[in-house]
Amino acid sequence: MVRALGHSTISLIHSLGEFALFTLQSLGETWRCRKLGRRVLRALFEQGVRCLPVILIVGAFTGLVLGLQGYHVLNRFGSESLLGALVSLSLVRELGPVLAALMLVGQAGSALAAELGIQRNSEQIAALETMGVNSRGYLVTPRLLAALLAYPMQTALFVSVGLWGGWLSGSLMLGLEAGVYWSSVERAVEPADVRECMIKAGVFGLLTIAVCCYCGFNAHRNRAATGARAVSASTTRAVVLSCILVLAADYVITSFLM
Amino acid sequence: MNDLASPVPLLSIRSIKKCFGDQVVLSDANLVVHRGQVVTVLGRSGTGKSVLLKCLAGIETPDGGSIWFDGKELTDRDAQARAEFRRRCSYLFQSNALLDSLTALENVALPLEQTTALSEVEVMKRSLEALRQLELDNFADRYPSQMSGGMQKRLALARAIVTRPELVLFDEPTAGLDPQRRNAVFSMIVKYQRQFGFTAVIVTHDVAEVLVISDHVALLDAGTMRFEGKPEAFAKSDDPVVIDFRDSPAALRQQIEGLRQEPHFSEPVVTS
Repeated sequence: MVRALGHSTISLIHSLGEFALFTLQSLGETWRCRKLGRRVLRALFEQGVRCLPVILIVGAFTGLVLGLQGYHVLNRFGSESLLGALVSLSLVRELGPVLAALMLVGQAGSALAAELGIQRNSEQIAALETMGVNSRGYLVTPRLLAALLAYPMQTALFVSVGLWGGWLSGSLMLGLEAGVYWSSVERAVEPADVRECMIKAGVFGLLTIAVCCYCGFNAHRNRAATGARAVSASTTRAVVLSCILVLAADYVITSFLM
Repeated sequence: MNDLASPVPLLSIRSIKKCFGDQVVLSDANLVVHRGQVVTVLGRSGTGKSVLLKCLAGIETPDGGSIWFDGKELTDRDAQARAEFRRRCSYLFQSNALLDSLTALENVALPLEQTTALSEVEVMKRSLEALRQLELDNFADRYPSQMSGGMQKRLALARAIVTRPELVLFDEPTAGLDPQRRNAVFSMIVKYQRQFGFTAVIVTHDVAEVLVISDHVALLDAGTMRFEGKPEAFAKSDDPVVIDFRDSPAALRQQIEGLRQEPHFSEPVVTS
């Protein structure tokens, strides 16, 4: 048992080191990549435009629920006027970056892990290497750079739509004055909150897309499965690991920034 | 075309070894390839022909032995020699390994775009020219999944030759094809080998066609080269392993004839 535990620990440390190297080396390829701009734009389309509907829908419903729950709780203490503060701070500090990241993992991250897994499986990555093309620079670097841009933008959209959702349920449906709601939002949110939100979004984006790329890129190294099963196993692993990492990183970043 | 007079062979494989766990795939494989030759490596399935080619291309790392390209040894330590080899060599995968998210034109342009300093105009010109030479210029905007198997093979060849390589490695280029398509692929390889003057190393099981198109034949068996020489010598060899491989259709015919002469053998009844 001790041996198994030791083996697992060493294997975990080895994987972490490999993942860190994979991410840093891929980012390091930024300066050597050719025609990078076009591929970053394509990745931005995948992580941005294609994920827009899910971000807008989930953002709106999160705001609606926060407005509804918040209004009834604050009503007990006669503090409905603070609804804007409750909705905005919840969204900006926590729910916006975390939920947007989880949605992006589900939509863009899983697709990315599966795509890279299939490319590995069908020897497309090996073909790039035999052509002298740096496969990481070609396939991973643009995705990481796009994540650094797309996640903060998607989070900002998520928060904006969420605020309107809160206004819809709090003011339009439950009768709180719109001016009271928006002035409460304005007073509550400080530049430091927005900065925290953007830092979280950037870190979550980099972490989750790097994990998805790493899992898909190394789908062939899965000893338990081969072929299509290896692709599905690596996609599942990518999504689960990304979700855990988002929540763990959220705790770490919050504890540093609070 | 052959440059056998050159003292330095283009490619030289010396005592290559490769194991996967306890399984020894290549134990002592040697091969010499001269410029302009069409060299074919034959062997039964699972004898390590594709592994040999992957060791050459740098996809697999050999456990022992050495590979020399144009007089320089290729090692993991010498990244420059490996990069030079990749620049001058192309690899045609058995599965074609075309990038399915790119169009035919983008697939062909990819190696030029990523590994050369050519202008975009020049890249497009050369890519379209390669597509035209392989009669694919009308399909430039199609994705590989929208093309037939033969067209995909030609597209993979267009991508392989667009960088004007000196050496092209073909991994079972006719696997899974019917006899007509098999002949078409082999004649295509020879046609473009003569047109562009590259050296070709082909891994296959198709003995009959190989004897027609090759300058040099090698038979891989049990991890080593059992035979190396001219196709004529291969056709006349009395080595039992060569005979077994070369004459397997005749041996099958003899076995079936023998079975027919046995008293309990009956022809299958065909019912409509």
